[in-house]
Amino acid sequence: MRNSTLYITATAAAAVLLCFLFFVYPLLPRSAVTEQERKEKEHLLQSLHITDLCLFTEASYTRHLSQADRFAAFQDHPLAIEHFPSGSLVSPPDSFMERQ
Amino acid sequence: MKWLERQRNFIDFTLSSLSRRKGKNAALMLVYTLLVFVISSVIFFTQAIRREAEALLTSAPDMILQRTVAGRHDLIPLSYGEKIKTIRGVKSVQGRLWGYYYHPAAHSNYTVMAADDVTSGDDTAAVGSGVARTWQTAGDNTLYMKAFDGKVLGLRIAKVFSDTTDLVAADLIVVSRATFGRLFGIAGTLATDLAMEIGNQKESATIALKIVQLYPDTRPILREEILRTYAAIFDWRSGYIIVLLSGTALAFIIFAWDKATGLSAEEKIEIGVLKALGWDTSDVLLMKFWEGTVISLTSFLLGVIAGYLHVFFASAPLFAHALKGWAILYPAFKLTPAVNAFQIGTLFFFTVVPYAIITIIPAWRMAITEPDAAMRQI
Repeated sequence: MRNSTLYITATAAAAVLLCFLFFVYPLLPRSAVTEQERKEKEHLLQSLHITDLCLFTEASYTRHLSQADRFAAFQDHPLAIEHFPSGSLVSPPDSFMERQ
Repeated sequence: MKWLERQRNFIDFTLSSLSRRKGKNAALMLVYTLLVFVISSVIFFTQAIRREAEALLTSAPDMILQRTVAGRHDLIPLSYGEKIKTIRGVKSVQGRLWGYYYHPAAHSNYTVMAADDVTSGDDTAAVGSGVARTWQTAGDNTLYMKAFDGKVLGLRIAKVFSDTTDLVAADLIVVSRATFGRLFGIAGTLATDLAMEIGNQKESATIALKIVQLYPDTRPILREEILRTYAAIFDWRSGYIIVLLSGTALAFIIFAWDKATGLSAEEKIEIGVLKALGWDTSDVLLMKFWEGTVISLTSFLLGVIAGYLHVFFASAPLFAHALKGWAILYPAFKLTPAVNAFQIGTLFFFTVVPYAIITIIPAWRMAITEPDAAMRQI
């Protein structure tokens, strides 16, 4: 087989795979969250009035980002500095930045 | 068809030319693929988290009202809610009871929330899958918690939320309001904050203003603010990762530039020979264009596919270390694929196109010299 045939076939296959992953895979029923699971999640969110995603559990101001105030990161003691690793990874809530 | 056959001949020639310098080209492709892999992983991850947050947090309360004392969040009297209910436009006000519990044995923080609809009894709890995984209940399916007065409270796990709710509930311990009071010693007249439902969303800002005038020690948080916080959350993070990556990217650019702009002695002779055999300058340039395209397109496709598999099939294990921080209880990110075609298009434009173009310049310089000068490397 010619090298070009091999290359074009492999590249086309990779491009088709990529298109499948981008546009078809997310729509497949087994990859989509089932209706039952979606309902359970929605019920949980509404009944508990959940406001935040559980991304970082190490500090209150990163666990409940939207509920943190300006001082949450520094209130451990009067000379406290913000020291949790996730604090250096997430930006403070958008509304704080706008007011500044 | 003739044109197509001609291009295939060029590809054949390019591939055999590349295979003559296997080691160098394989190293280049590996670095190239890795770079595309990391950048596309960041793009996929941030995009999916943002999409997930948007979808989930539309169910968040319209407004949350906190009370602050000396700049700190404090408990809010439920009597505030009674007066707030009378403000026109407020549909309902409900006191939320929630807090944190640190479990020394697991070295982990948990979020404890009180719910009205705990039907399994006051001595039970519904927990997120992360709690079930990390608490170390020693087989009897009971969470032993130390209450505010030092007494030990045993709560039987009545329900474990499914893995699919991990992104919002991994660290949740849901108990009844009575149990929450026993655990933290909070009087029944107080709440952590107030969750409000508002009839017309457009009135949210006005209602918030009225509440602050009524109770100056409160701080309203609107759902829009929550959504904006999460819409922006990973922007900085992805920027942060890209800043860290910029060193790698620069090293790669130098490497690729050196490879693409400076032809090796062998390549110069090859061009000289081709010219002597009757190849046009345009033929040489076309051959070099295909060489750049083969390397960059292959690396791009491999890198993006690997990035997709890494984030959506393997839950981004390579990012776990950076994302975990001090968090022992680390939620598993089972993300629904969400792809921003524009971002991938940009990545394609900035990785494939420049490389394919810069490989042509040195080849053109060499191709316009006389064949014997090229072969003698003058």
